[in-house]
Amino acid sequence: MALFRRHRAIAALALAAALATACGSPAQDTAKATGTQDSVDAALKAGGSITYWTWTPSAKAQVAAFEQEYPNVKVNLVNAGTGKDQYTKLQNAIKAGSGGPDVAQIEYQALPQFALPGSLVDLNQYGFGTFQKDYTASTWTSVTVNNALFGLPQDSGPMALFYNKEDFDKYGIAVPKTWDEYLDAAKKLHAADPTKFITSDIGDPGFTTSMIWQAGGHPFSTDGRNVKINLDDAGAQKWTKVWDQLVQGKLLSTVKGWSDDWYRALGDGSIATLVTGAWMPGVFKSSVTAGSGKWAVAPMPTYDGQPVSAENGGSTQSVLKQSSNPALAAAFVRWLNHGNGVKPFIASGGFPSTTADLNSPAFLDATDPYFGGQQVNKVLTAASGTVAKGWSYLPYQLYANSVYGDTVGKSYLNGTDIGSGLKAWQATLVDYGNQQGFTVSAG
Amino acid sequence: MTSTVDSPPIRAGAGGAHGRRQHRRGWIFVAPFAIVFALTFLAPLVYAFGLSLFRDQAFFGGTVFVGLGNYAQALGDANFWAAFLRVLLFLAVQVPIMLVLALVAAFAIDSARLHAAGFFRMVIFLPYAVPGVVAVLMWGFIYGDHFGLAADLNHLLGQDAVQPLSDNWILTSIGNIVTWEFVGYNMLIFYSALKVVPPDQIEAAAIDGAGSLRTIISVKLPAIRGAIVVATIFSIIGSFQLFNEPNILRTLAPNVITTYFTPNMYAYNLSFSGQQYNYSATVAIVMGVITAIIAYAVQLRGQRKGR
Amino acid sequence: MSSVLRPRRSRTLTAVMALYLLYTLIPLAWLLISATKTQPDLLSTPGLSFGGVFALFDNIGQTFTYNNGIFLRWLGNTLLYVVVGAGGATVLATAAGYGLAKYRFRGRQAVFAVVLGAIAVPGTALAVPTFLLFSRLGLTDTPLAVIIPSLISPFGLYLIWVYATDAIPDEMMEAARIDGAGEIRIFLAVTLRQLAPGIVTVALFAVVATWNNYFLPLIMLSDPNWYPLTVGLNQWNAQAIGAAAQPVYNLVITGSVLTIVPLVIAFLFLQRFWQSGLTAGSVKQ
Repeated sequence: MALFRRHRAIAALALAAALATACGSPAQDTAKATGTQDSVDAALKAGGSITYWTWTPSAKAQVAAFEQEYPNVKVNLVNAGTGKDQYTKLQNAIKAGSGGPDVAQIEYQALPQFALPGSLVDLNQYGFGTFQKDYTASTWTSVTVNNALFGLPQDSGPMALFYNKEDFDKYGIAVPKTWDEYLDAAKKLHAADPTKFITSDIGDPGFTTSMIWQAGGHPFSTDGRNVKINLDDAGAQKWTKVWDQLVQGKLLSTVKGWSDDWYRALGDGSIATLVTGAWMPGVFKSSVTAGSGKWAVAPMPTYDGQPVSAENGGSTQSVLKQSSNPALAAAFVRWLNHGNGVKPFIASGGFPSTTADLNSPAFLDATDPYFGGQQVNKVLTAASGTVAKGWSYLPYQLYANSVYGDTVGKSYLNGTDIGSGLKAWQATLVDYGNQQGFTVSAG
Repeated sequence: MTSTVDSPPIRAGAGGAHGRRQHRRGWIFVAPFAIVFALTFLAPLVYAFGLSLFRDQAFFGGTVFVGLGNYAQALGDANFWAAFLRVLLFLAVQVPIMLVLALVAAFAIDSARLHAAGFFRMVIFLPYAVPGVVAVLMWGFIYGDHFGLAADLNHLLGQDAVQPLSDNWILTSIGNIVTWEFVGYNMLIFYSALKVVPPDQIEAAAIDGAGSLRTIISVKLPAIRGAIVVATIFSIIGSFQLFNEPNILRTLAPNVITTYFTPNMYAYNLSFSGQQYNYSATVAIVMGVITAIIAYAVQLRGQRKGR
Repeated sequence: MSSVLRPRRSRTLTAVMALYLLYTLIPLAWLLISATKTQPDLLSTPGLSFGGVFALFDNIGQTFTYNNGIFLRWLGNTLLYVVVGAGGATVLATAAGYGLAKYRFRGRQAVFAVVLGAIAVPGTALAVPTFLLFSRLGLTDTPLAVIIPSLISPFGLYLIWVYATDAIPDEMMEAARIDGAGEIRIFLAVTLRQLAPGIVTVALFAVVATWNNYFLPLIMLSDPNWYPLTVGLNQWNAQAIGAAAQPVYNLVITGSVLTIVPLVIAFLFLQRFWQSGLTAGSVKQ
């Protein structure tokens, strides 16, 4: 069928490209061993069965569509838990050498932790490297570790400002374009109504790292065994300068994010803005019914007024080394995130990472009644184009996030400056990294 | 006859070869338990001990034998000792309160002076039947200072007086949940023991003119001494192993409850968040040894007093 | 003045105990009231008041049908784990307690000491070694991974040991031996009845423990089709978090109520046996 033929053409191109690269740069490490998609196509034809661990709600529809298209492949869909819960099971299975799935959903910040010890399959060997141009730059960087490719991006989370228009209109607050304006808005709102806050934050590692990202910080860098951690660089300081004022000025709601209280507060206006990833509209629509028609989307405030954003959240699907049929698993990943699986994903409220979908007129022009008829995707796609470059997570980011509350969280709790919390976090991470065999230096 | 924790009174039994053969048959009855126990407790314990002698560097460097190095690290680990002192404090306050409440409840229900004693017995036991996830859900609502019962109380009092999830109150809040959950369990243990107190002892006390309270103190309490000692031991072990309640509550108060809030949480997070399986095993074994020592001490003391 | 042997019901005592009852019941009241609310109502009405719509039966229906009725599957799993696990635990503890109490053999003192020592080590840190062990045996992600560990009830062992010591006279066993009965026959035909109240107590605690078993199943099982109710509820609860959030608070709460109800029924049922057993088979000295 046409799909198949198109893949063959791409495969041929990939082969040519691979040969060209191979000849052109012999010093490149073997991790960039490229191959063709032939084996993947062959595996699809041969059929078989694979196990897929994910928690995305669109997975059911996607698996059904896939099995219809390829009737001799059976996908065993398992929801092994959300985020951390699933990662724990994945780690256990990897340590035991068996019991894991063929394909697993892995968030971008967690990917290095699985990729570096060699638990995931490098998809370059199937020629997936040619898909680079089809994705946004930031998501592609998120799935590559040390020049090896460990997944195809599923969704992206460029950050934007979601604000409660009703609140803003009521209290005469203009949509802030800079963080200073945001601070002013915070003060104005809280003074006018002490039960309302500009946003809620009791410390969240994903949010912190994304904010440092937007401010131009590069706290984590890894080069083989060497890791550098500097949570006190210019970017971090830029962010803490603003955020300290919010925390110490008690201008932030202390409702815990993603709790039922938080959903409640979003619905009744006591949390007036959310600075978060582009996947948020889906959550609003399904879970904050009381806020319908009251919210709108604007670009994320910046420090100097020039548009720049960061990524927050988003995941990919990866193939595990312990899979007994990696080629078939890779075929599924390709279908999921580079084939017919993308449409059901978008239909269920996911925010894509494929440039074609992000820029398609249908996508951009879609009006959203929840957001008062606003064409929100225009703002969000624009944001994906302004994501700051050069960011990387720690090889042990999951661990880092787990001890965030012990260190930075304490600063939020005690109202002390976030910088000192970041320093404590850094110290813990340096220690841990050294214990795990890295050579970690601070600064 | 009182029942003590340790060696039940040795009865005169048949001696000689015939007796030995019979007595060895005792192993038939103990074997199933022993086999499963060996598989599910002893084997992992030995494995864990083995783990504690190595250090596995997950990313580079492989596994190294460090002998007692992990133990040295644990003994000098500030986080571990902070956690240990915390559960010690928790134990010193919560266990007595819980056991006293359970005793009072057991005596009240046993005394036949209560209306609808059966109803009381069931309702007081009910919290023990509630799974941990659900218990924290409920208490999470009550403790919520934005939309929960605590918030309502604060509105009534006009100020932020009630802050169950704050630094100062968190241990009390956890103690409250644990007490709520386990009074019924301990009450049932005491009640069962009370029910087998020989009636003639109680009659004798009544004939001597003792009132209810006197009977309780002089007759019933000593009679259930064994149950009290064992309930104490299990409560001590439970307190040292405090994990479920702070761990689930952590989602509501992530900055107050750290990853090393209790020794058990510390071991858990070392394993599942940090992949530091060796050090985690070390912490667990150190904690286990300390717990066992204290448990034996309590047992010996309870036994001695009983003689 | 009421005598110890024929006491009069006291209203003050009842009133004081009723206070404690209130303390016990408030969280459960919240749970029940919340189970009658729809999710939007849950997120907008005060905790202890009812919502606009009485949605209890709706919620129950939804709980049973959500996700292709996986809740019923979880319920079935839990029943399996309880019947086999708690049942097995009761049998093992009864046999072992009896053996320790009525037979003098070498190593008998050590057994309880070893059991106590082993449970003194925090279980959560034994989880990974247990997981790796079971994985080697090919048992992970199967019901056996949940059932086998739940077969050990240290408290049950202790309880039967003490009970058997007091409740079963050696003379009874000797008489049976003289009549030619084997040891196991003696256990089953002669002494089991004496132990009945103790066994029922052990069964009750074992049922509650296996019904509420959460941590080890969470580690051992990755396929939701084998989850017990506790792990399943936790998964539904975690659905509220993150980019793909789909909160189902009303189902978590209704599910929680449905999880507690069978235990209450079991307790009422077992209580009857226990009551009669305690008064009838009282300790003979």
